[in-house]
Amino acid sequence: MAIVYERPKSLNGAPFTYCPGCTHGIITQQVAAAIDELGIVDDTICVGCVGCGGYIAWFMDTDAIYSLHGRAPANATGIKRMNPDKVVFTYQGDGDLASIGTAEIVQAAHRGEKITTIFVNNATYGMTGGQMAPTTLVGQKTTTSPYGRDAAHCGKPIRMCELLSTIDGAAFIQRVAVNTPGNVRKARAAIKRAFQCQIEGKGFALVEVLSACPTNWGKTPAAALDWIASDMIPYYPLGNFKDFQ
Amino acid sequence: MAKVLMKGNEAMAEAAIQAGCQAFFGYPITPQSEIPEYFARELPKRGGLFLQAESELAAMNMVMGASASGARVMTSTSGPGYCLKLETLAAMTLTRLPAVVVVVMRSGPAFGTMKAAQEDYRMNGNGGYKVVTFAPSNLQEAAEMVYEAFDIADQYRNPVVVMADGMIGQMMEGVDYDKMPPKRTALPPKTWALHGRGARAGKKPQLLFLPDGMGHYGAKHYCETQLYPEIIRNETRVEITDVEDADIVLAAYGTAARMCKNVIRELQGTVRLGMIRPKTLWPFPYEAFEQIGPKCKAIVVPEINIIGQMIDDVRIASAGRWPAHHVGDSQNDFLTPNRIRDKVLAVWEGLQ
Repeated sequence: MAIVYERPKSLNGAPFTYCPGCTHGIITQQVAAAIDELGIVDDTICVGCVGCGGYIAWFMDTDAIYSLHGRAPANATGIKRMNPDKVVFTYQGDGDLASIGTAEIVQAAHRGEKITTIFVNNATYGMTGGQMAPTTLVGQKTTTSPYGRDAAHCGKPIRMCELLSTIDGAAFIQRVAVNTPGNVRKARAAIKRAFQCQIEGKGFALVEVLSACPTNWGKTPAAALDWIASDMIPYYPLGNFKDFQ
Repeated sequence: MAKVLMKGNEAMAEAAIQAGCQAFFGYPITPQSEIPEYFARELPKRGGLFLQAESELAAMNMVMGASASGARVMTSTSGPGYCLKLETLAAMTLTRLPAVVVVVMRSGPAFGTMKAAQEDYRMNGNGGYKVVTFAPSNLQEAAEMVYEAFDIADQYRNPVVVMADGMIGQMMEGVDYDKMPPKRTALPPKTWALHGRGARAGKKPQLLFLPDGMGHYGAKHYCETQLYPEIIRNETRVEITDVEDADIVLAAYGTAARMCKNVIRELQGTVRLGMIRPKTLWPFPYEAFEQIGPKCKAIVVPEINIIGQMIDDVRIASAGRWPAHHVGDSQNDFLTPNRIRDKVLAVWEGLQ
């Protein structure tokens, strides 16, 4: 019998520890599948972050390091500069990348650092129990915005793709979502292209992935996927912001 | 090669390059900026990488990444930047990644002033880690310590700090690079370095979070109960001068110790002075104080700070046998040899 679907070989087989309905699992799988398709598993170094996304370092069958909160792009810079012929990627959540690590991600893009960043945006801090992130939508209730995010009090959510695409050193910037099978396929293609950007030495590449956090959103997995379509995508439009030749 | 006249910061940078430093990540801050400037000029010519980071924080995390890739790597800073590096330094002690950090101390707290100081003696990150901390007292020694620091970091797979005061960084002196300490042989191979699993036998992937086969508490427990005692046994450094029949012993490091030598000469025939000069602040040379002779009545601890920092360790080493007196300031009334002399004479008169 022919195998039509199997676990990507770039995963080490450890059971995912993400919550039920969390789409980190789908995203991690797309990253691994893209690495498989490009045949780079032996030459890839994964840089994990602090937060739920950091667990990727324990799931990849590649070399990996676990970074301090927000500092993955700086860690990746040190690794890539010492391993210019290897493929180095960071996998960061929105608290990590869009809050505590904004300086590092902006400056990595500014230097045109030849790394690939997978930015998982679920509009909340997942691991610490659902606090407000810079990406939390206006009106969204979290444990630190219990009455809903008030734009007058703490601003409107930050759009990282739009911000980073203004930087010359950024060569590939795209926002995708994993709320439907079609969008998952597009996400895989974007992640693969972000790796290709690095392999071809074009510059900094980032894929933002809108992701569901049913546990902290207080929704069922299905309702959480619906919320990505109804609330997140209208504020965080999907599409390519920057591409390379 | 004969002695070359160099500025302290440049002498330390040159020593690092001669020790095989392959990469430097830094950020400008007075009084150490000549270190990144020297690397920016020299490293690209000599096959290494210099990169200016967006902050001390990022610089230290780049150091962590380069170290994880097996490189000999260094950064440098002063107190305000050292604060920002400490989280990463702590992380590197747990992940067991070697690197060299040069701290050229200025006065604090925080932004403080640009004046030289010895105020960062107790500055540490979280979690109770330890790192070998050198304290040079002249430029030859500063160069030698930086040179040896790379071997020590690699031998124990633990970062090493060279804690120089601003005077050491900014002054000029002759340095002889033919007199560097011998290279340590049989350093452990960096089998854990990240180059992609394809570079490793059997294509075994390496996860650098903790050393192989260790959980978080296992790694911490091993460091604190086995690695640190081993470093204390092997790497404690101290210069001990005439303490067996001293009336008063001076205990000082760095530039303050250098001033003490003037005072010892000046007071010859007036009061018999000995000196204990820690060359490593950790491990602190507590045992050196056991050599102090029966005539000793007091210890004077000159430091370039206002109320004393190392003096606490001197008191621990003294265990109540001798009173310890601070002298020093980092602000209006900067520590000078004359101030040390006056303090010694006042203590001596009080003992008569």
